[in-house]
Amino acid sequence: MIDVQQITKRYGQHTAIDRVTFSVAKGEVLAFLGPNGAGKTTTMRILTCFMPATEGTARVAGFDCADQPLEVKHRIGYLPETPPVYQELTVAEYLQFVGQLRGLTGSTLRGAMVREVERLGLGPVQHRLIGNLSRGYRQRVGLAQALLHDPPVLILDEPTVGLDPKQIIEIRELIKSLAGSHTVILSTHILPEATAVCQRVVIISGGRIVAEDTPDRLSARLRHSEKIALTLKRAPADIEVRMRQIAGVQHVYANGPPGNFMLECELEKDIREDIARLAVTNNWGLVELKSISMTLEDVFLQLTRHEEGLSQSAEVAIEPASAAAGDKTEAPS
Amino acid sequence: MTPVNAIVAKELRSYFVSPIVYVVGAVFLLIVGLLAYLYIVFTGAQAIQLMQVQGQAQINLNDLVFRNLFTSIRFVLLIILPILTMRLFAEEKKLRTFEFLMTSPIRLSEVVAGKFMSVFLVFLALLGLTTLIPLTLSLFSDFDWYPIFTGYLGLVLLGALFLSIGLLASALTENQIVAAFLSFGFLLLLWLMAGLGSLLGDTTAGEVISYLSFMEHYDHLVRGLIDTKDLVYFCSALILMLFLAHQVVDSDRWK
Repeated sequence: MIDVQQITKRYGQHTAIDRVTFSVAKGEVLAFLGPNGAGKTTTMRILTCFMPATEGTARVAGFDCADQPLEVKHRIGYLPETPPVYQELTVAEYLQFVGQLRGLTGSTLRGAMVREVERLGLGPVQHRLIGNLSRGYRQRVGLAQALLHDPPVLILDEPTVGLDPKQIIEIRELIKSLAGSHTVILSTHILPEATAVCQRVVIISGGRIVAEDTPDRLSARLRHSEKIALTLKRAPADIEVRMRQIAGVQHVYANGPPGNFMLECELEKDIREDIARLAVTNNWGLVELKSISMTLEDVFLQLTRHEEGLSQSAEVAIEPASAAAGDKTEAPS
Repeated sequence: MTPVNAIVAKELRSYFVSPIVYVVGAVFLLIVGLLAYLYIVFTGAQAIQLMQVQGQAQINLNDLVFRNLFTSIRFVLLIILPILTMRLFAEEKKLRTFEFLMTSPIRLSEVVAGKFMSVFLVFLALLGLTTLIPLTLSLFSDFDWYPIFTGYLGLVLLGALFLSIGLLASALTENQIVAAFLSFGFLLLLWLMAGLGSLLGDTTAGEVISYLSFMEHYDHLVRGLIDTKDLVYFCSALILMLFLAHQVVDSDRWK
């Protein structure tokens, strides 16, 4: 449905996106994940024919964005970063205007308006001026606008920004319900959102795609190490040396209050039993032992950090990731 | 409803729910009414003077009232029309609705046409209200209607040109104040080109510069002359400005 080949966008000297290639199948929901300024919005703007790519081709539903923009625009519903609403219009007037621009008329237009007002819970504010609505309602009006002509492709730039937690869940449910019948690309920097809603995640950083896979496989594939949290009542001073005697242990850090440690070990080697045996034989007072798998958050941080500082060693780059997983990791002991 | 009509309808609604049209309209009508009043009173005073000297007076309202009035309205339009046009594109850019408009399945030419039409209709409505002045005067006095028609034709063409320049200025920036000042500046420049042209006299450069200014073309119409040359000037200038606005908006996407 969407096919992007080697697109590059340069603003003068600055390269916003660099040879980005990806494709989205019909009915798939794809998340664009990346820090601010990574090139998410630029990519979306190229797909929606707002601006042309400097190099490369982007095709939506078989139409080239550069050559047949009107055909592409007919098939896309787009929610930009800021909901594109006219403050001086009421919700109903605005949706009517949007429908007319997209060639909806008469009963089709009225039907579409009723459907979207219902779907996004805009009933109570239908006849109020958009300028007087809260951020959350405006965001929903923006979504209603994108969905109004029932386009096969939806491009949503941070669709849940400004919503309260209940609304966020509702909108995620809505996006999930669109999967299958609609092809959706959404951008976000909220990781659980990508995990919750999308079948596939593209991580973009510094204008380049750094990873692309399902959320689960992504975290599995990029896991360099397994982590184990360990709590001992009577920890020996030389715990690091003692633990390293177990084959597979790479690092041992103090983690949080005294007696709490974080162990990093090699992948696919379950050493929990060995640790337990060592602790029990030495009467260290084993209280807790659990393995922690890397979350998408860690993967994301790891990937994007690598991108930022090539001078940093890989090891340094992993550290902040473990901070995210293990709450309060202190400097290696 | 075609996209152009949808845009015109939406823009008109935006104009009339905001105070801009009411404020600009009130100021425009007040000033034009006041000018008309002053010219009529002045003409009346002249008539009384002539009566005293000659015992009778033949007063030409066309020359003494309407020609002066049409000449003065020119300046009023230069001041108020940029205020009407400044929001057209600048506001869309500022409020980020520009991206929405550009990703809607409509042609950019339709957007430009719709925006121009809407502000042109607002202008025509304001101008329509000023016809009360000749209509009221016709109850008390006789005058030639022909130069009034051509004067209004001149105002419509001049207004259209000013509005298209304002539209272009609005496309150049996302700041409405800057847009208004750009169009003031450009309009004043065109105005002063007439003076520069007459300064250069009968040289080719002088004639070209005078031709480029709207002054002599408008003056012909106010004097009751409909010359194809003037109509061509207004129409081609209007089309050029709208075309430039189109190109400016289009080039924004490349930045």
